[in-house]
Amino acid sequence: MSTVVLLAVTGLGLGALYFLVAAGLSLIFGLMDVLNFAHGGLLSIGGYATWWAADGHLPGAGGGGPGFVLAVCFGTVVGTAAAMVLELALIRPLYGRPREQVLATVGVGLAVPALLSAIWGPDARPFPGPAALSGTFGLLGAHIPVNRLVLIGAAAAVLVALRLFLGGTRHGLVVRAGVEDRSMVTALGINVRRAFTLVFAIGGAAAALGGALGGLYYGSVDPGQGTSLLIFAFVVVVMGGMGSVAGAALAAVVVGLVQQFANYYTASGLGDLAVVVLLAALLLLKPRGITGRLA
Amino acid sequence: MTTATPAREAAATGEVPGPAGSLRRYGRWWPAAALAALLAAPYSSLPLPGLLDGPIGSAGSLQLLALCLVFGALATGYDLLLGRTGLLSFGHALYFAAGSYATELLMAEAGLPFAAAAALGLCCGVALSAALGSVALRVGGIAFSMVTLAFAQAGSILVERDPGGVTGGEEGRAIPADRLPSSLAGIGNTANLYWIALAYLVLTLAVVHWAVRSPTGRVWEGIKENERRVEVLGLRPYGFKLVAFMLAGALAAVGGVVHLLLTGGATPQTTTSDFTLSLLVMVVLGGSGSRWGPLIGGVLYTWADHRLGDLAGSGAVSDLPSVLRVPLSQPLFLLGALFVATVVALPGGLTRLPARLRGR
Repeated sequence: MSTVVLLAVTGLGLGALYFLVAAGLSLIFGLMDVLNFAHGGLLSIGGYATWWAADGHLPGAGGGGPGFVLAVCFGTVVGTAAAMVLELALIRPLYGRPREQVLATVGVGLAVPALLSAIWGPDARPFPGPAALSGTFGLLGAHIPVNRLVLIGAAAAVLVALRLFLGGTRHGLVVRAGVEDRSMVTALGINVRRAFTLVFAIGGAAAALGGALGGLYYGSVDPGQGTSLLIFAFVVVVMGGMGSVAGAALAAVVVGLVQQFANYYTASGLGDLAVVVLLAALLLLKPRGITGRLA
Repeated sequence: MTTATPAREAAATGEVPGPAGSLRRYGRWWPAAALAALLAAPYSSLPLPGLLDGPIGSAGSLQLLALCLVFGALATGYDLLLGRTGLLSFGHALYFAAGSYATELLMAEAGLPFAAAAALGLCCGVALSAALGSVALRVGGIAFSMVTLAFAQAGSILVERDPGGVTGGEEGRAIPADRLPSSLAGIGNTANLYWIALAYLVLTLAVVHWAVRSPTGRVWEGIKENERRVEVLGLRPYGFKLVAFMLAGALAAVGGVVHLLLTGGATPQTTTSDFTLSLLVMVVLGGSGSRWGPLIGGVLYTWADHRLGDLAGSGAVSDLPSVLRVPLSQPLFLLGALFVATVVALPGGLTRLPARLRGR
């Protein structure tokens, strides 16, 4: 029983990490037809910025207590800024050429990890975190690491915030309408390009937060972390139905749980394979994903 | 052979550095001249300072040239999907690795001679691309890309996890030198390997050229332009796309066998998604959908990847201020940046450059 509880919570934690990456990806894809290969790079930027700040380079920030919160905020802001620069400098000039937009993000996705590894070396850096988050607590007889709960909480907060934003604000309405039918929104005289930048900023913020919390989850940051998480985030986006935030949340939970349980009950590493098999099976049965949407 | 050497060296000096520049002078015969020059390269002792480490005919230079040719050919085969049929596959590395690993395994574990193992390795690549392609092509557009990526990722994970000690994990597998024909083993025979790489390039160019001009190739073009219209004409795009997928997979598997010979082993790096992405970069850099573009892109990318690595370790770079030195020490950063610049500033790739310079 305790093993099942531990696996379930750990799987949810992993799913939370996937959701943080996939939510922005899904919105960007749904709105702009851009499969953002640079998203993993944004995640790494967020992770490294948090690590840099918590390592004592930012006054007031540190590895514990309020200092760590400040470091995470700093990382998220840096990731958001990077996403906006990416959108303004590369995506916007290629407006109307979705394939070139994807290719440009491929280039950025290759260059960012290389740059990070040039500056801070290719090896993993130990990630600081408050002592309160490094312990475990008991739940139904299982010892569960506290940082899994932080991840789940952060993902739930992001999900709620996104739903409030999309459902309750005018900008959110434009984004939602743009995901459904971009040409119609443009025809109504609404500036969709501003929505693009907004969605990129939101995606960058979520990815950077994912990077910061991913450092907590893995206990280290390395240049390749974002890229490896990105592939699972892609799987989540396809399974959840392109452009659907709720679908991405559901698929992230499924993928995280399947991966953890398969890793434990079969050989280690088969969890990754199980996810791929799951994706192939789902696409054969329901090519449009769980929510039945495929842009 | 020796009497012909001076003439061929002259051709080599004119052709090897820049086939594109002499395009118009040689008219329609420049591919034959380029081929003659490439054939003769192992006999040349001409140094190309900056471009190559040693003389063209030295083992190290030949190895790099052969790698350039292999990746040029591989990119040409990959463009059969991207540039000719409009299929954005992210899993091409899988078929390359399948040819490489299957051939090595059949030689080392089953004790087959090289030729038989290579033929079976090719069959493995074709069978794998047929099976996975038939599944992936059930979905279209970006979902197809994602499914191919997921399959390739599964292959990459399998290779790295090393089930039953079969794949050698992160170490990869070294080719059993004692089972190779003596003319293919050892550093003294680099020239033979170079010619094999050249033969693979010629084969790929011929197959792609022939396939694209065949009736099937015209249907591929139609699918790329507008798949719905092909359906309306009464053709099923699925079968045509599967043929393109299998043909590209077969060419990639042959490339895997050549790469296995050339580098003396199968490495897990060839299974990663980064490897497929670098193929994508090569194709787009040179010019997707053109006859020579992917080849030029593949050769340039491979050369730059190796030479930039040497440059990064050289004294000239380590003396630079850190703002310049840090990015220069990472070939992948420079290649990524170059790629982004190409996509933004030069649509159509390098092969469109002469036309754009002439103002068209």
